[in-house]
Amino acid sequence: MSSETITHGHAAVQTAAHAHDEHGHDHHHEESFLTKYIFSTDHKMIGKQFLITGIIWAIIGGLFSVLFRLQLGYPEMTFPFLEDLFGKWAAGGRITNEFYYALVTMHGTILVFFVLTAGLSGTFANILIPLQIGARDMASGFLNMLSYWFFFLASVVMFASLFIQTGPASGGWTIYPPLSALGQASEGSKLGMDFWLISMALFIVSSLLGGLNYISTILNLRTKGMSMTRMPLTMWAIFFTAVLGVLSFPVLLSGAVLLLFDRNLGTSFYLSEIVVKGEILPNEGGSAILFQHLFWFLGHPEVYIILLPAMGMVSEILSVNSRKPIFGYLAMVGSLFAICILAFLVWAHHMFVTGLNPFLGAFFVLLTLLIAVPSAIKVFNWLTTIWRGNIRFTPGMLFAIGFVSLFISGGLTGIFLGNSTLDIHLHDTYFVIAHFHIVMGVASFFGMFAGVYHWFPKMYGRYLNTTMAYIHFWVTFVGSYLIFWPMHYQGLAGMPRRYTDFSNWQSFNQFSDMNRFISTVAMVVFAVQLLFVFNFFYSIFKGRKVTSQNPWGANTLEWTTPINPGHGNWPGDIPEVHRWAYDYGKDGREFIPQTEPVGANESAH
Amino acid sequence: MSGYFILAILTLAFVVTFQIAKASEYVSVLKGEEKAFRQNNRINAFLFIVFLVLGLIGAWWCNEMFYKKTLLAQPAASDHGEKVDFMLLITIAVTGVVFFITQILLFWFAFKYQYTEKRKAFYFPHNNKLELIWTVVPAIFLTLLVGLGMFYWFKMTSDAPKDSQLVEITGKQFNWLVRYPGKDNVFGRKNYRLTDASNGNALGVDWEDGASHDDIEATEVHLVVGKPVQLVIGAQDVIHDVGLVHFRMKMDAVPGIPTTMWFTPKYTTAQMKEITGNKDFVYEISCDQMCGSGHYSMRGVIVVETQEEFDAWMASKKPQFVTVKEAAAPAPAADSTATSKPLAKLN
Repeated sequence: MSSETITHGHAAVQTAAHAHDEHGHDHHHEESFLTKYIFSTDHKMIGKQFLITGIIWAIIGGLFSVLFRLQLGYPEMTFPFLEDLFGKWAAGGRITNEFYYALVTMHGTILVFFVLTAGLSGTFANILIPLQIGARDMASGFLNMLSYWFFFLASVVMFASLFIQTGPASGGWTIYPPLSALGQASEGSKLGMDFWLISMALFIVSSLLGGLNYISTILNLRTKGMSMTRMPLTMWAIFFTAVLGVLSFPVLLSGAVLLLFDRNLGTSFYLSEIVVKGEILPNEGGSAILFQHLFWFLGHPEVYIILLPAMGMVSEILSVNSRKPIFGYLAMVGSLFAICILAFLVWAHHMFVTGLNPFLGAFFVLLTLLIAVPSAIKVFNWLTTIWRGNIRFTPGMLFAIGFVSLFISGGLTGIFLGNSTLDIHLHDTYFVIAHFHIVMGVASFFGMFAGVYHWFPKMYGRYLNTTMAYIHFWVTFVGSYLIFWPMHYQGLAGMPRRYTDFSNWQSFNQFSDMNRFISTVAMVVFAVQLLFVFNFFYSIFKGRKVTSQNPWGANTLEWTTPINPGHGNWPGDIPEVHRWAYDYGKDGREFIPQTEPVGANESAH
Repeated sequence: MSGYFILAILTLAFVVTFQIAKASEYVSVLKGEEKAFRQNNRINAFLFIVFLVLGLIGAWWCNEMFYKKTLLAQPAASDHGEKVDFMLLITIAVTGVVFFITQILLFWFAFKYQYTEKRKAFYFPHNNKLELIWTVVPAIFLTLLVGLGMFYWFKMTSDAPKDSQLVEITGKQFNWLVRYPGKDNVFGRKNYRLTDASNGNALGVDWEDGASHDDIEATEVHLVVGKPVQLVIGAQDVIHDVGLVHFRMKMDAVPGIPTTMWFTPKYTTAQMKEITGNKDFVYEISCDQMCGSGHYSMRGVIVVETQEEFDAWMASKKPQFVTVKEAAAPAPAADSTATSKPLAKLN
């Protein structure tokens, strides 16, 4: 106990950590089911709660994409089982237009927010922060628990919206008003939209509670010797992610609240001079574009909220499994920082064709393409990290390498879309779908899978089955390219997004074979994700047991805890840190844990 | 029935995969984990090289199949569009080089530096010179792309030439309304509260404004080849987007906030039929902003023709004001006093 009181500089923090510590020890033996698995304040359990909720959402969101790919791939076929399942939404075995747009909207909402924000950064921020910085738990275990339960509430509301008579929100995950503000304009803009907004408000509360906790924990509860520049890159990435979230999510909240007002209280923040289905509305003086500014002020940082934790985990996993230090640690931190700053200054690149002042647009082009510089640094540093390494292809490593490949592919198409001249042509086409699915969707999923495979032994004391992991990786990796690579060609043909059917178009009807192919591959890839889910749950109970404390031979602190750490993480004193996290292959030694004091004859790095 | 069959096959495939996976785990334990690890490592490293080779072949093959189906295979139909296409080619070239270099390095390194007992990983934590190189080089190329992009962007978004043909296009769920300013080249004033589609005023034109009296309304856009056109874009209910793929142009239609864009069509519809070899070719307006359940069907048509053809088409059109007036007062007399009566009714 005494050693970690010295650890923390501030008196206030000392007492907090101290009190918490006691708490952790006292309750070790008398935890009930309720306090251990449901209302847990243990960061590891909360992380698992985020992960499993995220997995459930991912199955739902993924299934939705399979359903609308059925429509796109086989527009002339009917599927009677759909009518059995969905009734009037799939009358005659065909997905109706309303249902199609509801599916598209929910697919986007669920995967962006519930899976890749909560399920990815919520999971790994919770599990890894205290373990990697050497803390007993989060700064506030209670707020941390609330963070999960607000997410759970948001999930319940969103899930409920799937069952209301007029259906869930269906105006696209970006919910641009006036479409989302006017119930007359779309079935999905009736009650479903209110549910969407309420759910999102709850989600934002969850995200803020979590984010503030992550920031204060990383800043205040690092163990003795763990200076900021000795932290693993996962910690830096999660730190910047939390900062992004805390500064940008409230802006979305304001946008959502104003939209709720416009919908229910007769205000005109976003509405002006509207005639809908022959009905003349009284609203004047609002701006529909205002919402887009508010939305994308979160929406763009959101992309990095999703991607940065994946980048951090990939950096760590590449280094561990190449048995080499991450190349250019400070440049990696610097580029994360640069991305974090630039993320706030590029939102209007989603709005080049809204009638935005072209002069203003020019600045957003410049700032957007600037992001390519830190991104390039990261890619080259990753490449140099595996260069002359001694690579072990653990499942985590496979996904990390897959991440780098996808990040390159999807990142480069960002250079097209960020340039306003090209965006005029490519905006809202399949090119955009291909771009963001590869770079933000699939790449982040790969980061998440890498993290799950790598830290599963820490979470459950067992391994995931590697054969299933290899099948999972290769099918997903090949499948992702097969799905999204051809879509670039559809984009270059100008094919618009969010069309249920292209058969009436002279300009876009030449791709029916490709659409069928993409849909088929999507189904196979989805089935393999189910295999992963099975592997995940099966291995929790029946996986091969971990027998050594440090199965990957890694330097970071989480591998100094017992195989199944209790609440409080370390049974004795919190370890002290003497070096950075990346001394792999130094002075002829395979790895040197962070806890090992610097030797007298050791070379400096 | 076939549904259950597929379900059964899927389940079977799952069970088989699972059994194999479990068996291979037992085998690896029996064989010795170290040996199993090395074997798996070699297989995965080899698969990365296979992936790289097949991926490169696949990318080439995909291009062979689909290039001709994209717009890259046909010339842009507007002057602005040519700039977009040129910019696109430059960007494809620059990013293409980076793409091939980095992907090849990634998979090659993965294969080459796979685990062997003999090798010791090279301790190489940083190198300022290298890092400087790959900060500066991308920055230079990006500056070029930004510069070129801005040059074209400002050209494309500049003010329309004075002699541009004016066309107003208004989006509503789920079609486009078109209006020409008539001989005076001025659009009549609009007030959305006057919108009354059943009485011939779908656009909410204020007939009190004399400039509206020669305005012509249409369901498709006709343009003159080689003559600049400025579109004045609006929307009545939700946000739409005027997407003109062949001209490579796009602009949102926002309720309450008019937007504009201009370009010069280069080929008539008839010429494009020859160029594309598609006898059914038409210039289409696609709605590119999600606008509701009929979004996918919100199609408009543009006809690009010669000045003579355009004049003939225009001459066949009657100003909307006249049409409305005739409908409201079927009496043949159409002097100035008679017009004020139906107006009062309309308002």
